[in-house]
Amino acid sequence: MQSAHALALAGQQIVRADKFWSESGSKLGTGLIAIAIFVAVVGLLMFLADNAPKKGRDVLQLLFFVAPALLLLGAGLIWPAIQTIGTSLTNDGGEFVGLANFVTIFTDPTQQSVVRNTLIWVVLVPLLSTSVGLAYAVFIDKSRGEKVYKALVFMPMAISFVGASIIWRFMYTYRAEAFPQIGFLNQVLIWLGLEPHQFIASAPFNTLFLIFVMVWIQTGFAMVILSAAIKGVPDEIIEAASLDGANAWQRFWSVTVPWIRGSLVVVVTTITIATLKVFDIVRTMTGGQFKTSVIANEMYNRAFALGQPSIGAALAVLLFLMVLPIVIYNVRVLRQHKEAH
Amino acid sequence: MSAAIAPKPIRGEINGSSKAGRVKKRLTSRWATTGAIIIAMLWTLPTFGLFISSFRPAADLSNSGWWTILTNWGFTFRNYEAVLFDSGASSASLGSYFINSLVISIPGTIFPLTLALMAAYAFSWIPFKGSSWLFVLVFALQIVPLQMALIPLLRIFNQPWLDISSSFAAVWVAHTIFALPLGIFLLHNFISEIPHEVVEAARVDGANHTQMFLKVIFPLSLPAVASLAIFQFLWVWNDLLVALVFSGGGKDVAPLTQRLGELAGSRGSDWEVMTAAAFVSIIVPLIVFFLLQRYFVRGLLAGSIKG
Repeated sequence: MQSAHALALAGQQIVRADKFWSESGSKLGTGLIAIAIFVAVVGLLMFLADNAPKKGRDVLQLLFFVAPALLLLGAGLIWPAIQTIGTSLTNDGGEFVGLANFVTIFTDPTQQSVVRNTLIWVVLVPLLSTSVGLAYAVFIDKSRGEKVYKALVFMPMAISFVGASIIWRFMYTYRAEAFPQIGFLNQVLIWLGLEPHQFIASAPFNTLFLIFVMVWIQTGFAMVILSAAIKGVPDEIIEAASLDGANAWQRFWSVTVPWIRGSLVVVVTTITIATLKVFDIVRTMTGGQFKTSVIANEMYNRAFALGQPSIGAALAVLLFLMVLPIVIYNVRVLRQHKEAH
Repeated sequence: MSAAIAPKPIRGEINGSSKAGRVKKRLTSRWATTGAIIIAMLWTLPTFGLFISSFRPAADLSNSGWWTILTNWGFTFRNYEAVLFDSGASSASLGSYFINSLVISIPGTIFPLTLALMAAYAFSWIPFKGSSWLFVLVFALQIVPLQMALIPLLRIFNQPWLDISSSFAAVWVAHTIFALPLGIFLLHNFISEIPHEVVEAARVDGANHTQMFLKVIFPLSLPAVASLAIFQFLWVWNDLLVALVFSGGGKDVAPLTQRLGELAGSRGSDWEVMTAAAFVSIIVPLIVFFLLQRYFVRGLLAGSIKG
């Protein structure tokens, strides 16, 4: 009897495994077929453009090269972006309401907290990631094992925001004092003789702990780029400064920092833009609860979960408007930088 | 832009070995080393703790921290087996989602890179009217947050004549569109640096544009394509937002990140599930990262604006 049961179970397992593999096989097949079709279509178009009558061949060849990308960008990015701007000026019934959605964003108390949180993120993440990244790059510069040191801090860059969020949720896990802690940070608090803290759930400081996840990810990026920049500072200049009696600290501020200014601007602006759009971390850590929501998260919720596309569109436009001046500043500094060198 | 980000390292060999330099370095280096070690620990410990925990039996996980592993020994593969292959309503079924991530990421890398390389070639080597302002337009599109396109793009995918929403195709097309501006820009930077003589020589030999593209431009731009491909692959593999909007969320199409996000909501404190699940989702990026770190860094140095 028992063996029959075991047999049945084993049979089920095999059927299940079979199902998994057949499903997976057909999905992988779909992927391969899609790639094959893509290659075939590109090849065919290339062949046709190549063998077109001589008269229009140049135009056809040009179209073959640029048209696919331009069509996709036009239909999939430019046109949708224009539509989103339109939607942001209407209500969900499609009537034109001017800037009412934006007024809502800046006056409704929950929305205000979303904007406030976004500003805190935008100030703190670039500041902390860049300073820690720069300090680390300087610390390990020309040291033994520099590559290993770099890889360790750079690694979080490869992990998804979702994965990183779970890693940190585990670090932040809270248990009441009577129970053994399983979150490392609360264990540290206990070792220090303090009470465990609800890192994620207790506002207002929980936003800071969410922010640290982003800092953890972005520091590696800052470090890699600034490290490359530091290596570009000519040794003669540093030597001249130390002959003038400048100590390491003074040399750092008066020689290194001005020299790598261009890279610093790129790092800060890039991280700022990435931070403005951050969505996965808040969603995975708290789902926007406990007063931690930010614009990108709110945009998704309004547009796709709550069925309020107008407010969602207005939040997307707001993101765009916040990104815009940063990019313009970035381009201007880079141009000056190019002219100076 | 790439030139400004990655100045060529000019390394003076003499300075480090001069006597004064060495003494100074030793004086400052104790603090530097301490600082470096602290930061390195803080940056590695969380991932390490998660990794250790993913192999601990469920009972151990909920009764003790991973740092007690040596006094509290326990080791099992059960967590991984459960999240990957167990079936049942509440099980993670990550095996299916892992396949989905692969099926999304590989075409999601090949499609945009091919189209971007073609367009970059045209912008660099085929003179035509309006070429430069079109290129500036493409460049400028990098600043449009993809949030601006999501709602209307989903509406387009839902049109009866297209009807591809909640399919792999929708996710591929979306990723392709969003990758094009940066891809075209970076590849254009690279391709336009190919020496004139090389291109002219091929042209004199009678090569037309497609032959030139296949025989000269494509092989020469492989290093740039490789860097960008790694970057794009990781971007797509790690993406959550595009997947949430376009995949439909089912077991048939949704990638690992999306499932992981759901699990974080529904089983967020079942750490025997979450630790193993998180590690399943980050293992591919970690392998790619450690094997191809050099190219990854190069790609990062070349272009840092994305999304």
